[in-house]
Amino acid sequence: MSDRCMHAQFTVNGESVNAQVPVRMHLVDYLREEMGLTGSHLGCEHGVCGACQVMVDGQVVRGCLTLAVQADGKNVQTIEGLSESRELQQLQAAFLKHNAFQCGFCSSGMLLTALDITKHHQHASRDEIKELISGNYCRCTGYQAIVDAIESVLHANLSSPSTQSGVKV
Amino acid sequence: MKSPDFEYVKAKNIEDVFASLHTYKDSAQILAGGQSLLAMLNLRMANPQILIDISGINTMKGIEKLGNTLRIGALTTHNDILNSDLVKLHVPLLAQAVPYVAHLAIRNKGTIGGSLALGDPAAEYPAVALALNATLIIQSSKGERRVKAHDFFISLYRTAVQSEEVLIAVEFPLATSNHRFVFLELARRKGDYAMVGLAVALTMDGKTIRECALSFMAMDDKPVLAPSAMKALTGQQIHPESILLAQNALDTDLDPPGDLQANALTKKHLARVLLSRALMQAGDSHV
Repeated sequence: MSDRCMHAQFTVNGESVNAQVPVRMHLVDYLREEMGLTGSHLGCEHGVCGACQVMVDGQVVRGCLTLAVQADGKNVQTIEGLSESRELQQLQAAFLKHNAFQCGFCSSGMLLTALDITKHHQHASRDEIKELISGNYCRCTGYQAIVDAIESVLHANLSSPSTQSGVKV
Repeated sequence: MKSPDFEYVKAKNIEDVFASLHTYKDSAQILAGGQSLLAMLNLRMANPQILIDISGINTMKGIEKLGNTLRIGALTTHNDILNSDLVKLHVPLLAQAVPYVAHLAIRNKGTIGGSLALGDPAAEYPAVALALNATLIIQSSKGERRVKAHDFFISLYRTAVQSEEVLIAVEFPLATSNHRFVFLELARRKGDYAMVGLAVALTMDGKTIRECALSFMAMDDKPVLAPSAMKALTGQQIHPESILLAQNALDTDLDPPGDLQANALTKKHLARVLLSRALMQAGDSHV
């Protein structure tokens, strides 16, 4: 490829990356193609579907609307890292229990939005959960199971705050 | 799809931006939050020679009360605005509109300046800026100029920002107890671009409308005011007859193009529906 490249330095799931990055490559292509982290998916590639979501400096963002070079100096977390750290354990268990995974294509993006909800919207009502996940398309569950799963985690955390980290005590 | 190739420079300060703009002029594109621009690149609707990334310029972020205005830096994100008590207190119309702006992940990166400078006719901030006749602060290496929202939006994706200029902030007038504001929008999915949207700003004299601004989204190639309906409402109280007169006046004000979401007739109908809902809501909110 004759693409222009630029040097960038960032961390992905705690691992430091120090590389020449093609300037026009978005973050998810970099994660998938250069690092083999294929858990973040590409659906629409223009910010509509949410399947590409990753965390940058602790904030959930669209990976297809972030250039890889823009990750320079930042801390990137993907579904792989957040699964391994067990940060998502409670949500993943709830998704399984409520049958909120079907084909799985939307799941990584959906879980990252769900994680943001458990961190920043602990008191979200069912309607508010629906609105908060409205930026993530799912084409098979019909959403109800996903809302059930997220709601169950919020309820569990409110009644027993000690499990809020997702790690069982 | 994948973006075309481009050069990229990360600006450390505003002077960097002006230097790059001077070199590349119209072939450069400013990258703020990138939540529209990167989508447009991926769709190959844009093909700039270079992206000038201004997202790291911290002096362009933040919300502050400045005299009779609330000044919001261009790089302030949608989520910053959504969570701002200053915005809720002083620019309630903007506070009402922000929940309609995109979705959670996009609100973490998208910026008010990016949205205003893009000038999408179906976006929320341009309609709010127009309803309040906000002041847009534009800077170049030669200095600063201030443009009222009435003169800022020119046509589809065209604003008063010239090449070698950057939109750095927007100033909204502060709300008083005589004001009533309503923002309403219809979209296929909340957070998506509007089929029709309406920002209403009323200045009341008791129960009588002393001044009135009705700013519509997605009804033209830019956000538009509805002057006939505004005139019909001025000096009136809000009741079914005055609402009907204003609705009928919209026929002369609005001539929307049909788009993928709705044809022109549907849009005109929905504009009437929103106007009625908004005025009833404004009438219900007492001092």
